[in-house]
Amino acid sequence: MLRTFPKGGIHPPENKLTSGRPIRRLPLPKEVYVPVSQHIGIPAEIVVDRKDKVQRGQVIAKSGGFVSSNIHAPVSGTVTKLDKIIDTRGYKKQCIVIRTDPRDPSNLEEANYPLIDEITTEPSEILERISQSGIVGLGGATFPSHVKLHLREGQHLDCLIINGVECEPYLTADHRLMLEKGPEILVGIRILMHALGVPRAIIGIENNKRDAIAIFGELTRGNPDIRVAALQVKYPQGGEKQLVRALLNREVPKNGLPLDVGVVVHNVGTIFAIYQAVQHNRPLTERVVTVTGKRLANPSNFWVRIGTPVADLIAAAGGLPEGTRKIVSGGPMMGKALKSTDVPVTKGTSGILIIPEDEASRGEPAACIRCGECVSVCPMGLEPHLLMNLTEKSMFKRAAAEDILTCIECGSCSYVCPSHRPLLDYIRFGKSITKQLEPKNPAP
Amino acid sequence: MSDAPIIVSASPHVHSDRTSRKLMYDVVIALVPAFLVSVYVFGIPALITTVTAVAACLIFEYLIQKYLMKVPVTIADGSALITGILLAFNLPAGIPLWMIAVGGLVAIGIAKLSFGGLGYNVFNPAMAGRVFLLVSFPVQMTLWPTALENNTSLVDAITGATPLGMIKEGVQYGQSMSEISASLPSALEMFLGVTGGSLGEMSALALLLGGAYLIIRRVISWHIPVTVLATIAVMTAIFWWLDPEHYANPLIHILSGGAILGAFYMATDLVTSPVTKKGMVVFAVGIGALTVVIRLFGAYPEGISFAILIMNAFVPLINTYFKPRRFGSRIKAKML
Repeated sequence: MLRTFPKGGIHPPENKLTSGRPIRRLPLPKEVYVPVSQHIGIPAEIVVDRKDKVQRGQVIAKSGGFVSSNIHAPVSGTVTKLDKIIDTRGYKKQCIVIRTDPRDPSNLEEANYPLIDEITTEPSEILERISQSGIVGLGGATFPSHVKLHLREGQHLDCLIINGVECEPYLTADHRLMLEKGPEILVGIRILMHALGVPRAIIGIENNKRDAIAIFGELTRGNPDIRVAALQVKYPQGGEKQLVRALLNREVPKNGLPLDVGVVVHNVGTIFAIYQAVQHNRPLTERVVTVTGKRLANPSNFWVRIGTPVADLIAAAGGLPEGTRKIVSGGPMMGKALKSTDVPVTKGTSGILIIPEDEASRGEPAACIRCGECVSVCPMGLEPHLLMNLTEKSMFKRAAAEDILTCIECGSCSYVCPSHRPLLDYIRFGKSITKQLEPKNPAP
Repeated sequence: MSDAPIIVSASPHVHSDRTSRKLMYDVVIALVPAFLVSVYVFGIPALITTVTAVAACLIFEYLIQKYLMKVPVTIADGSALITGILLAFNLPAGIPLWMIAVGGLVAIGIAKLSFGGLGYNVFNPAMAGRVFLLVSFPVQMTLWPTALENNTSLVDAITGATPLGMIKEGVQYGQSMSEISASLPSALEMFLGVTGGSLGEMSALALLLGGAYLIIRRVISWHIPVTVLATIAVMTAIFWWLDPEHYANPLIHILSGGAILGAFYMATDLVTSPVTKKGMVVFAVGIGALTVVIRLFGAYPEGISFAILIMNAFVPLINTYFKPRRFGSRIKAKML
C-alpha cells in the first residue's frame, strides 16, 4: 500500500494530457503586464517610471514589507505604462507594462546554464538571496518563500518536504520540471537543508509520475538524508496539511502551520527557483505553465515570462478551439475561471485549462439527499452540507463553531455532490463573513 | 470562440458523474432480483400489488406537488418509484388495492411531501406507509398467502403464518421451540425464499444480491446493513443461548421477516439515516436492538419497521453528536 492521507479525498479523472510533452520556450512576448501583487501579502511598491529602460532581472517593484515580495523585470525593454489591469482573479490591480526590446541580448538568454553542484553560499546569505529574488510558493499559493524559512525563537525544524504531488488533474508543469531539471532541484533541496540546518528531506510524488519517482530515486541513491516517497494518487494530496500527514503521519494542528510539527513544505517549482537564485543569482522572472484542454490542438508545457498575456500561451498551443466556453487559470479543482485572455501570467499561474461547451456548465442543483458524500470526502473532517446550510441561514457564529474557517477550499465536496449543490460557493461566502466576525480580524 | 458567452464560475470546474437520479435508479436495479422472486413465489398478485403501489406513489406525488403545493413536479427523480416498490415489498400479496393506495398516500403525502419533499423527510416514507396500514388494518396486513401453492391464482385462497408469526404464537401458547421449529420452514427454504411473508422479504439470497450491488456501486456503505444484522444476530444469540426452548436461534431471526430487506434497503435510505459512518453504526445498533426487543417481547411478531421509524427520529440527534473528527484537532501532534 502506498502512503496517503487517511481522511477524505477524491480521485477525479487525471487527464494529464501533457505529461509526455517537453517544456518548450514560449516566444518572447511583445509586451508584458506585471502586476505588483502576485503574492499573498502586501503589494510591492513600484520603483520605476514611465519611459524607464529596464533590464531583465532588475527590481521594478520593491517588497512592501516582511510578508511581501520583490518583483523583477521579466524582459528587458521600456516601461510604457503604469496602469490598473484585470488580473487572473478578476480584480483590477496595479500593473507595470514593459515593451520588450527584441534586440536586447539579455532577452535571448536561455535558462540552460551548466549545473552548479557545489554550495558555497552561507546560510544567512541564502535566505537573503531567496528574499531578494522575489520567490513565492509556485505551487499556486504564492506565499512569499522567505517568510516560511524564517524560524522564530523556539521553533524546531526536523524535516523539509518537497511537494512534487501535483494532484490537480490536467496540470503537468511540476512533473515536467522534475523530469527535466532533476539535478538542479536536488541542489536546490540541499541549499535549503543547508540554509535551515535541517537534517533530512522527503520528496513526495504521486504514483502517476513513476518516471519522476525513478529519476529522483536515482539522484538520491546513496544519500540517506534525502528520500523519495511514492504516494497513492489522491486529491488534494498537494495540500500542505494532507502531504505532511501522508508522509510523516503528523497532523498540523487546527489553525496551525507545518512548522508547528517541525516541517516546512516547498513546491518543486519553488525549489528550482531557489536553485536559480542562489547558484546563478537569477531572480524569478519565468515559470513553467501547462496549457491544456481536451479540444486544444497542441496542449503543451511552456517556459513563460511572468506578465505574458494568456492569449499568447493559447495561441502557441494551437489557438482557442471552436466551442470553448470556459478558460481556467490553474487546475480544474481550484483554478479561477477567466473573463478574458488578456490577463497576464503571474508567479502563481501553474496552468491554463480550456474547457469545451459540454463540460463548462454546472448541473442543476437539487435538494440535498443527505447522502453524506461531502462529509466522507472532506479532507479536513468538516460537514460541507451543514456549513452550506448554516451559511444560507446566515448562522455564521454556528458556522465558525463548526470550523468553517479550516476549510481549504479544495472543492471535493462540490465535486462529489450528486445533487450538484454549490457547497463550496456557500462555504467560501460563509468563510468571508465569518472572518469579519472574528474579533482579531475586524472588518476593514 | 463561438458566439456563446464565456462562463465564469467559481471552482471546482469538474464534477463527478454520479447524480442523485443515478443513485435512485441503482436502488431500483438492486430491487429487481427480489421482485422477480416475489412474482415467482406469489404469482400475479405480487405483480399487481407492486404496480399498484408504484402507481399510487407516483400519482399522489404528481397531484400533490402540482395542485396542492404548486411546486415543480419531481416524479422522475426515482425516489417515489423506490418508495412504491419498497411499500409493496412490505405488504402481503393480494391485499386489497385500495389499501395499497392509502399506504401510498400516507407514504408520499404525509411522510414525504408534508415535510418538504425529497431530502427533508424525517421518516422513511415506505416504512411510514406500511406501519400506518399495519396499525389500521391489522387483519388484512397479516393475511399471508402461502408460497408456491397459489402461484398462478389471482386470489389469496390459502393463507398461512410467517415464521416469526408462528414463533410468537407458539411461544404465547406455551409451546417450546423444538415443538415450534417442527412446523417452521428450513433455513435453506428461508434463504431461497419459499415461505410466507411480505412480498419483498421472501428471498434472502435475492436481497443480498441486490444489497451487494448497492455496496459495490457505493450507493450505500456496509456499515448500516452489517451492523443491523450483526446486532440482531448477537442479541438473539444471547437469548437463545440462555434459553433455547423459548427463543429461536439467530439464523431464523436473520433469515425470516424483514431483517435483510430492512437492513439493506430501508435503514440505508440516504435521507433518513445519519451522514457519518460512526453515526450510521449507532443508528444501526439501535435498529437491531429495537427489532429484537419488539420481536421477543412486543405484541408484534416483526419489529424492524417500527425500529427503523423510531431510529429515524433520532437521526438529527445522532448527526449532532457523531461528527467526523476535525483535521488537526488531535491534542498532541504525533512526532516521529
